[in-house]
Amino acid sequence: MFSAVYHFGRYIQWLGQAFHKPERYSMYWKETLRQMNSIGIGSVVIVGIISIFIGAVTAVQFAYQMGDSLIPRYYVGYIVRDMTIIELAPTFSCMLLAGKVGSNLAAELGGMRQKEHIDAMEIMGVNTASYLLQPKVIAALIVIPMLVCIGAFISIIGGYLAVVPTNWFSHAEYIRGLRSFFVPYNVWMMFVKAFVFAFILTTVPCYQGYFVKGGSIELGDASTRAVVYSNILILLSDYIIAMLMTS
Amino acid sequence: MIRAEHIFKNFDDQVVLNDVSCSFEQGKANLIIGRSGAGKTVLLKILIGLIKPSSGQVFYDNIDFYSLNKKQTRELRMQIGMLFQGSALFDSMNVEDNIRFPLDMFSNMTRKEKDKRVDYCLDRVNLTGNNKKYPSELSGGMQKRVGIARAIVLKPNYLFCDEPNSGLDPKTSLVIDELIYAITKEENIITVINTHDMNSVMEIGDNIILIHEGQLAWTGTKDEVLSSDNKILQGFIFASPFLQRLKAKMNA
Repeated sequence: MFSAVYHFGRYIQWLGQAFHKPERYSMYWKETLRQMNSIGIGSVVIVGIISIFIGAVTAVQFAYQMGDSLIPRYYVGYIVRDMTIIELAPTFSCMLLAGKVGSNLAAELGGMRQKEHIDAMEIMGVNTASYLLQPKVIAALIVIPMLVCIGAFISIIGGYLAVVPTNWFSHAEYIRGLRSFFVPYNVWMMFVKAFVFAFILTTVPCYQGYFVKGGSIELGDASTRAVVYSNILILLSDYIIAMLMTS
Repeated sequence: MIRAEHIFKNFDDQVVLNDVSCSFEQGKANLIIGRSGAGKTVLLKILIGLIKPSSGQVFYDNIDFYSLNKKQTRELRMQIGMLFQGSALFDSMNVEDNIRFPLDMFSNMTRKEKDKRVDYCLDRVNLTGNNKKYPSELSGGMQKRVGIARAIVLKPNYLFCDEPNSGLDPKTSLVIDELIYAITKEENIITVINTHDMNSVMEIGDNIILIHEGQLAWTGTKDEVLSSDNKILQGFIFASPFLQRLKAKMNA
């Protein structure tokens, strides 16, 4: 318990150090672009793959549960769309990114700490918390909502491919469902989740990597903690956002 | 001048430094020597603020380092160059970008001026033409030289070197020592070197501080080393049987 409070306090204090005015905007911008490429472009394929299956599984499960009930058949498109936008695209994509990007960030910063790169920057007078975290967070806040948005589109296409070509539902039924009961507020909720999750999945792993001590075993532990804690916090914040935005 | 006054440092129950006071002078190679685990790396890190002392003060030209706020600390650190034991070169950058990094971050030079400064520093460490190589393509000695070039690129007033000769053969060690010494004299800066290399002690030790079991055991110059009757110093200098035999022969 004491340890959790200590780490939470240090995390908040470290964030305070990190969000300071950059020493040189051009250097931060260069690093932000590099991170946008690494986090965004480097994750498009994997997000696309999981999204197509998320949509497909949602459509198939709905079709199975519908059975011979009186629920209108075109609801399949509606269910896939809303499930994807409200919950599955942001949460699944970000949990996946917490694994891919989070472990990468923790290992990168942990390696820099162990090889004294962070000390070298400190001695030069660089605010290392700021230079090493700020560009990553800004890059994530820009590209992760985009990835989530792309993921939502692909999921809806995945649902279509799972049930229309296999003749479970007709093209018209699926499209009618997609166009029914659309609430723009749900898209807003998706972006809120994407922003919050993006912040978590960059700051928590960076914190774990930045303060790593010891050798390769400790670095591995930090990387694992980065992924586990990020995922737990993503689910916790998912619940809080759902409570706040739907009540 | 850099002064450390009454430095105490403990990690839990273990006392690493016990009331160490010493000074490091302008235009001289100041060596901190001692056995492994004596506390010299901790002292060096306290001098540059990477480790906070449990008590005691560090003065840079009468400015109390630990009374500075974060902004002032960063401003002072811009006057410090540091060569790390493992060189600490950024793996993802080539030699040129590594050396240019402090310039990009802190100077208002034009691109052309930066290029000129980088080329000068590379030339100064005899690495002209290696601009585009990555750290993984360099030998240990070359990495150290790039580390020195990066440390001096902002024209620091203070140069710190942590074990500059570790992992190098005696001849390359000599080259690194000579380079650091020449830069110290040319730029008239305060250089603090943490080492247990005896060649360095005898070649460039303008001001030597011996740390033994966390305490200041001896201070002097390279010329006073052999004539000193300090038992700890003699035990450290003539630790190897070869040197003990040599000393016996010299005395005979």
